[in-house]
Amino acid sequence: MSIKHSLLALLQESPRYGYQLRGEFEERTGATWPLNIGQVYTTLDRLERDALVQKDGDDGEGHVVYSITDAGRAEVMGWFAAPVVASNPPRNELAIKLALALTLTDVDVSAVVQAQRTASMRLLQDYTRQRRTAASNAGVQLSGDPGAGDPKDAAWLLVLDSLIFSTEAEVRWLDHCEGWMAKRAASRTKVGPRSVAGLAEPPTARAAKVSKAVSE
Amino acid sequence: MSNEILQLENVSRTYGEGATSVAALRSVNLTIHAGEFVAIMGPSGSGKSSLLTLAGGLDQATSGEIFVEGTPVGGLSINELARLRRRAVGYVFQDFNLVPTLTAAENVSLPRELDGTPARKARRQANDALRLVGIEELSDRFMDEMSGGQQQRVAIARAIVGNRRLILADEPTGALDSATGDGILEVLRRRAEAGAAVVMVTHEARHAGWADRVVFLKDGRIVDEAAAQQDPSVLLAGLGR
Repeated sequence: MSIKHSLLALLQESPRYGYQLRGEFEERTGATWPLNIGQVYTTLDRLERDALVQKDGDDGEGHVVYSITDAGRAEVMGWFAAPVVASNPPRNELAIKLALALTLTDVDVSAVVQAQRTASMRLLQDYTRQRRTAASNAGVQLSGDPGAGDPKDAAWLLVLDSLIFSTEAEVRWLDHCEGWMAKRAASRTKVGPRSVAGLAEPPTARAAKVSKAVSE
Repeated sequence: MSNEILQLENVSRTYGEGATSVAALRSVNLTIHAGEFVAIMGPSGSGKSSLLTLAGGLDQATSGEIFVEGTPVGGLSINELARLRRRAVGYVFQDFNLVPTLTAAENVSLPRELDGTPARKARRQANDALRLVGIEELSDRFMDEMSGGQQQRVAIARAIVGNRRLILADEPTGALDSATGDGILEVLRRRAEAGAAVVMVTHEARHAGWADRVVFLKDGRIVDEAAAQQDPSVLLAGLGR
C-alpha cells in the first residue's frame, strides 16, 4: 500500500496536518487499512525531505500543517496515471495449502476445500451485510441507483465491493478445484484397478518440485 | 405458533429404477424459519433444483416428508396441493415465466383470481405487491415494455402476492447484469425481513452472500452450512467502522 501517494493525493485537495490526513484516509477507505499516526508523520518527514510537501505553519492550535509542492503534484498525477502492477504473485497460503494437500497421500483434499469454502462464504455474507448497511446509509435506491450522495460514502462502498469480489473469486476458484478433482478422480476410476477412492496419490516428480519450491 | 415455514425430514428423491436409477437427493434434513433467507449452493447435479421443486410441491419425494407451514405435503390430494401452493408458496424462475399478453398488474393478480379472489381485490393485492418490489408505477406496462430487471420484479411480485410466506427462487438473477441482480437480491432480502422464508438456488457465491444461511449440497446430500455472524458490528469494528 502506498501511504506516500495516498497522503500526497489528500494534500493535493487541501493543506492538512497529520491527524487530519489519517482521518481522511480512513474515512475514504472505510478504515479497512488502519494507519498509525507514527507512520503518517514518518512519511510526511520523507515527503518533505524529497521536496514533495512543505510545512505551511500551524493552524493556531499547535498542529503543523503540510501543503503539496509542484513536484508533489506531478508525483501524485503520475501515481494515478500508472497502473498498479503486481510484479510477483503475492504469497497465497490457501493455494500453497491445496498444492501440498494434493501431493500428500493422507490429506482429505475435499474436506480442505469445503472447510475453506464455508469460511470464505461466511466472510462474503458478512461483507455483503456491511455493504447493504453502507448502501442504505449512503441513500442508494432500491433500483441500485447510487444517487448523488457524499463521494466518501461511495468510496467506502467500492472498497467493500473490492473485498466482496476478491472473496467471491476465492470461492469460485475453490469450486473450480473441486470440479477439476472430481473429473480427475472419475478418469482415474476409468483407467484401471490401481485407482483409489478419494483424490490422494503419490507425489509426482513435478509436484514434489513445487512443494520443495514452496517450502524454501 | 411455530415459525417453521419449510421442513424437509429425511427427504430422498430418486429418478428411475434399478441399475439406471439416479439419486438426486439423499436423506436431506432442512428446516427454514420465517424471516430467514437461505441460499442453496452446489455443483451441477448436486440436487439444488430437485430440492426446490420438491419444496414447491412441483415434484414428490421418493421417501421422507416435506412440511409447508406445518402441513405435510405428501398426503395432500392434487387439488389440496394446488391450493396450498397458491396460498403459501411463491416460485420465481430464472427466465421470469410471465404472460407476455398481460400487463404487470394482470400477471401478478392472475394467481389470486385463479384462487377465487374477486378481481378488484386481486388487483389491489397486485398493486401492493408491485409497490413492495419498487415498480408500482409500471403496473400497466406489458412485458415487452419492461427491462429484464423490471420483469423479474414482476415475477417476484407474483410470487409474494397475497402475502405468501414461502418464496422459492431458482437462479433469479441468472439472466440479469450485476447491478440489476443486486436490486433483485435486495427485494428478496426485504421479503425475508418482512417475515417470509426465502430459499434461493444459486451458483454465484456473491449472490449467496446476501443470505442468512448458505446450504452446500453435493451428490444429493447437505455437506455443510455457513451462517453469517450474528452481530455484524463485530466485523465492522474489525474494519474500523
